[in-house]
Amino acid sequence: MAIESEILVVGGGLAGLSSALAAARDGADVRLVSYKQSTLRQASGLVDLLGYTPDGEGPLTDPYAAMADLPASHPYQTVGVETVREAMAMFDEVSDYEGGHTDTNALLPTHGGSIKPTARYPRGAAAGLASDDRDTLLVGIEAMTDFDAPHVADHLDAVGVPFGVRGETIRFPGDLRADAKVTRYAKLLDTNGEVAVRGRNVPAREALAQRVNPLVEDAERVGFPAILGDDNPGAIRDALGDQMGVDVFEVPMGPPSLPGLRLEDRLFEALDESGASFETGNPIVDFDGDGHVERVFMEKNGARIPLSADQYVLATGGLVGKGVESDREGVSEPVFDCHVPHSDDRYDWFDTAVFGDHPFAGFGVETDDDLRPLSADGDVEFDNLRAAGSVLGGYDFAAEKSGSGVSIATGYAAGASAAAEVR
Amino acid sequence: MVSTPHIAVIGGGSTGVGIARDLAMRGLDVTLVEQGNLTHGTTGRMHGLLHSGGRYAVSDQASATECIEENRVLRDIASHCVEMTGGMFVKRPEDSEEYFQEKLQGCKECGIPAEVVSGEEARQMEPHLAKDVEKAITVPDGAIDPFRLVVANAASAQEHGARIETHSKVTDLLVEDDEVVGLEVEHASGPGKRVHGTEGGTEAIRADYVVNATGAWAGRIGDMAGLDIAVRPSKGVMTIMNVRQVDTVINRCRPKGDADIVVPHETTAILGTTDEEVEDPEDYPEEQWEVDLMIETLSELIPMLEEARTIRSFWGVRPLYEPPDVGSEDPTDITRDFFLLDHEERDDLPGMTSIVGGKFTTYRMMGEQISDHVCGKFGIDAACRTADVPLPGSEDFSVLRDYMDEFGLRSPIGRRSVERLGSRADEVLKTDGPNPTVCECEGVTRAEIQDAIGQSGSDLNAVRIRTRASMGNCQGGICTHRMASELHGEYDESVVRDAWDELLQERWKGQRHALWGEQLSQAALNYALHATTQNRDNDPAGGDPVDFAAFDTGVDHTGDSGPADVAADGGTPDGD
Repeated sequence: MAIESEILVVGGGLAGLSSALAAARDGADVRLVSYKQSTLRQASGLVDLLGYTPDGEGPLTDPYAAMADLPASHPYQTVGVETVREAMAMFDEVSDYEGGHTDTNALLPTHGGSIKPTARYPRGAAAGLASDDRDTLLVGIEAMTDFDAPHVADHLDAVGVPFGVRGETIRFPGDLRADAKVTRYAKLLDTNGEVAVRGRNVPAREALAQRVNPLVEDAERVGFPAILGDDNPGAIRDALGDQMGVDVFEVPMGPPSLPGLRLEDRLFEALDESGASFETGNPIVDFDGDGHVERVFMEKNGARIPLSADQYVLATGGLVGKGVESDREGVSEPVFDCHVPHSDDRYDWFDTAVFGDHPFAGFGVETDDDLRPLSADGDVEFDNLRAAGSVLGGYDFAAEKSGSGVSIATGYAAGASAAAEVR
Repeated sequence: MVSTPHIAVIGGGSTGVGIARDLAMRGLDVTLVEQGNLTHGTTGRMHGLLHSGGRYAVSDQASATECIEENRVLRDIASHCVEMTGGMFVKRPEDSEEYFQEKLQGCKECGIPAEVVSGEEARQMEPHLAKDVEKAITVPDGAIDPFRLVVANAASAQEHGARIETHSKVTDLLVEDDEVVGLEVEHASGPGKRVHGTEGGTEAIRADYVVNATGAWAGRIGDMAGLDIAVRPSKGVMTIMNVRQVDTVINRCRPKGDADIVVPHETTAILGTTDEEVEDPEDYPEEQWEVDLMIETLSELIPMLEEARTIRSFWGVRPLYEPPDVGSEDPTDITRDFFLLDHEERDDLPGMTSIVGGKFTTYRMMGEQISDHVCGKFGIDAACRTADVPLPGSEDFSVLRDYMDEFGLRSPIGRRSVERLGSRADEVLKTDGPNPTVCECEGVTRAEIQDAIGQSGSDLNAVRIRTRASMGNCQGGICTHRMASELHGEYDESVVRDAWDELLQERWKGQRHALWGEQLSQAALNYALHATTQNRDNDPAGGDPVDFAAFDTGVDHTGDSGPADVAADGGTPDGD
């Protein structure tokens, strides 16, 4: 007997979670299965909607206004601007992110020293907005090569930010080894464990504040790399801010990204609250069905476990998340073998400039208006399968800064549409 | 001669630095100029094979004999650049038994230690060899890091007083009274170490003698004085795998052919190669069929290569030369021997000699011969010492010390750092501050990056070739911005940004030939990290101003913070 649900979502990233949430909130019986860690741990944790047009125009102030001019094949056009707004409203309800008070994009500093347009940002990043003109101190950790505060500060200055910005490097209190992981710093601050400072034991948060305090001078806000706790980031920021008399913020970082992991945790909590069930750690390896997905098979401890549902959502990610695969011969979607348009010549898959117009960035399935993947002939592949997030083709999320927004919007749309089918 | 002769050497590849070191050690004044980084030309684009001579043991026994001699010398003077992997010539059922015997015999005639092992024994040494490999001849092939070797030669030359100018392109030869008397160079960023954004300029360098060691570019230098040097550049592809499928150099035992060697190199294995004559050493097609040929043909020896991950491919141009009367049609027939062209004897133009042809493994021997030749011009009787004096990094070195503990580095980073640095480990790794890892794929620490910056200015590609940072699996996805940050402090932000952009583009160049499967996923991740997370593709720095006021200024912050209420006495930023 197959494990049954009304809706089965394959994939546990932003798109899969949004899809499962939308369907569960509409009253559907939803199961989500995911294989590996999602790409949220590699993402900054910022939720971008649209920062640049496909032609590179930007940074855009109003992402919604710009969506109307996107090519018809763009996922935002497929679902429509109103659906994007509804999806973001759902995201705002289930997350604790800021930015929902306005349609206007925010600009945030990046750990590379530039700024980027984004639509929603974690509370921990809120005090770091680049349109806020308060003078800023950035603090780097000597043993952490990912965030060089003086370099980031000088780079931000070259960007022309409307505030004074300085960078200082400190030695983190406590005896963390040179290659300590981000999570090690976070844990120390979460537990507020004692560290030895000049022969006496001091709680970690206090020790950190004391160390930074002499450097604050007239800065009104202090930015750290995103290491300020996994479980209690708000309390840590407050404690540091209170002791230094400033606002404290985090600068989003590369992998492993604590803000990304926190968002993932928050969304899984919301999914749990919504009544959906989920299972992680095992891949979907095969399916039955011709024009209609009958069931899929999960590989678990060497066995093939059948799972069946009325409606399926494919949210397995793009090239990064391995929802789109390739070899020397071509590009494919590995679960349902949906058609992925691509040139036969793999030397057409890229541009010669590192930030050129890369065709590979747009690899993914094409869909009809209801997000159902299309075959090479333009027919719906399966009448009960919808695709969401980076497995979709036709847009370059990295250049546009649209990845999270497309995942949330198309996930929401696919989940809502699947839920409507089973009602 | 009253004063010490001043010799200008053109070319910063293995041959050029080998000559510069040799002449400097003999007490001559030397200036070496190179248009790019050290190893910019062919030296930086080879498969890293330290020849035993086995490859030439049938077709070119003179070269084979030189190879085994120099193989032994380099193991001694450049131990920190060499990994003695050993090598094998393997025979598949369809390969000629007659040739196998000729190879074995040839090795013996040239003094190359060679033993026959059965297919089973070969697979015990290299388990991924194809099941139908019948037998093999073992030889003392090895792997050598050309970057490290060239940098060490240049450092040694500098220690002996030589001036080394990289990013200094020769724009003209100075000829007076029908004699070459020097050269004119265009410095990309002024003399000395390269710093992005520093104004360049031309410099006339007068010399008592000029040595043209520019390999495939020798014809261009010759043209400047109306000399005809008919180098026949021949391109070859090398494809880099993400892991070492083999720990031994694997050669196919057959007369000649493309795609017949796999060299384990650091964390990777390098597949090679092709042999195609090209017109221009800087502008030739890099083609998909060449990469596919490497994978498909070498899979016959090592089947797992068919599905393995490649991280990039690159092409090198052999500086082949043959005397005009030979006239080989096929570049594979052109000798690998080198030729010393004294332009006084050959063209009635005194003051310059060109060296063309030759092989990386015998670079030192070539340097010795041309140094003898130059010294002869000035009546200087000074012995060559390059075969006896170890290079910096290979002096009196014991790897038995516990460097992990000593430098606070975790394994395997400590081990890898010490392997790269050799006897320089103490001087480089002993730092006051913490020494975190910058490049995780290759285990490169901040101290090594800083040491390389000290040698090479703001040029991150020069840092890369010295340290291997950004040369591993992720091809710089994780560490390019970290490397850029290591420049900051010494250099201004705008200089750092230029160097960073240049490194990003250089890393992309070779990956383009490996964009399928895992490496395409990696490239997509790198693109996301650099474009999405860092916004480096649309970085407003140095571009159009951004109207910050038009963007979200956040929700009201007033009342969130009061005045500083903690006394500013809470310790020092540097620690306890």
